[in-house]
Amino acid sequence: MSFINYSAREINCKIVYYGPGLCGKTTNLQHIYKKVDPAAKGKLISLATETERTLFFDFMPLHLGEIRGFKVRLHLYTVPGQVFYDASRKLILKGADGIVFVADSQLERMESNIESLQNLEQNLGEQGLSLEKLPFVLQYNKRDLPNVVSVEDLQRALNSRTVPWYEATATTGVGVFETLKAIAKLVLQELKKKE
Amino acid sequence: MPPGGSNLIILDEDFKRINASLTRLNQEARGKAVFLIDKNGQLIASQGETAGLDTTSLASLTAGNIAATGGLAQILGEKEFSVLFHEGERDHLHISIVAQRVILVVIFDNRSSLGLVRLRVKKASEDLTRIFADILKKLEREAGKARALFTTQFAEITDEDIDNLFAKG
Ligand SMILES: Nc1nc2c(ncn2[C@@H]2O[C@H](COP(=O)(O)OP(=O)(O)OP(=O)(O)O)[C@@H](O)[C@H]2O)c(=O)[nH]1
Ligand SMILES: [Mg+2]
Repeated sequence: MSFINYSAREINCKIVYYGPGLCGKTTNLQHIYKKVDPAAKGKLISLATETERTLFFDFMPLHLGEIRGFKVRLHLYTVPGQVFYDASRKLILKGADGIVFVADSQLERMESNIESLQNLEQNLGEQGLSLEKLPFVLQYNKRDLPNVVSVEDLQRALNSRTVPWYEATATTGVGVFETLKAIAKLVLQELKKKE
Repeated sequence: MPPGGSNLIILDEDFKRINASLTRLNQEARGKAVFLIDKNGQLIASQGETAGLDTTSLASLTAGNIAATGGLAQILGEKEFSVLFHEGERDHLHISIVAQRVILVVIFDNRSSLGLVRLRVKKASEDLTRIFADILKKLEREAGKARALFTTQFAEITDEDIDNLFAKG
């Protein structure tokens, strides 16, 4: 649910990074945080375990600039990917305007990718939402590793809806901004045509 | 409010009423600062000594806090825990849910007291509940109008505009 303040002429949109444990969601935000101009960003908040696994969420506000006199702000969130944190994932998903699904390209993580995507569909369904109705993009992360599945196979397994997809190596930043830009575009276009 | 997909749109006049109500609360409760946050963690309005505070982070963490406590409430079969209180050495936080959809935060120190804050929050909540009821009524009534206004202003956005946002960022 985007929040529009006519008085302050502000549009705030919430984007959630979803995906299995260790796929690189937090790394995406860390890269964005590192690269964005200090004036355009707030703090990156990470509620993480001692081993740097996301415990509740990561959060980072991003000021994109102005369109037609409206300040556009994105609120980026990541969910905790580990299976047993499902209750937290549901909470963070609430009110999302757009979703990035980060898949781990490694062969041994394919099952986790598929499970996590099903979990996303299930959790959205409980809120009366679906991936068909929400701005949604895919990121195939960790392309730098040797044991990766081919893009064709990833597409077949995860992208039955044929949404925009991007290859990425979040640790070096490859594909990170392309992904962010794609979801931001879809979210803003969606605002334009809402009802 | 229908679940999902619907935007919260606040018009100028209501925004002023909200701010007036928050100012009064901050004075009467002898608070340091007060915040109104939507349940998704977006800051709606604030009053008081907010200058040195990271208000965006405060909003997001408060919403996370309320969401987590709401999850706990469900497990116990409670509808929600409507008030949270965090006591620090110097500053204290009083967090409450207003009209089931927005979060009211009061930051105060030992110049005030929990009792006073609680009392004043109760009064302000009634006030804010009325304002939000009006906002929602108006939204329904004028949903078409507000949306049309927004749409005409927003309709001209091109892919190029959006690309430009990123070029600058
Ligand atoms: N080689 C390689 N490693 C990556 C890449 N992206 C992330 N990693 C590493 O994978 C590990 C997990 O990354 P995180 O970003 O913490 O994963 P996450 O998805 O946030 O995990 P959870 O918080 O548990 O859900 C870290 O050690 C990262 O450095 C990548 O593109 N290539
Ligand atoms: Mg993480």
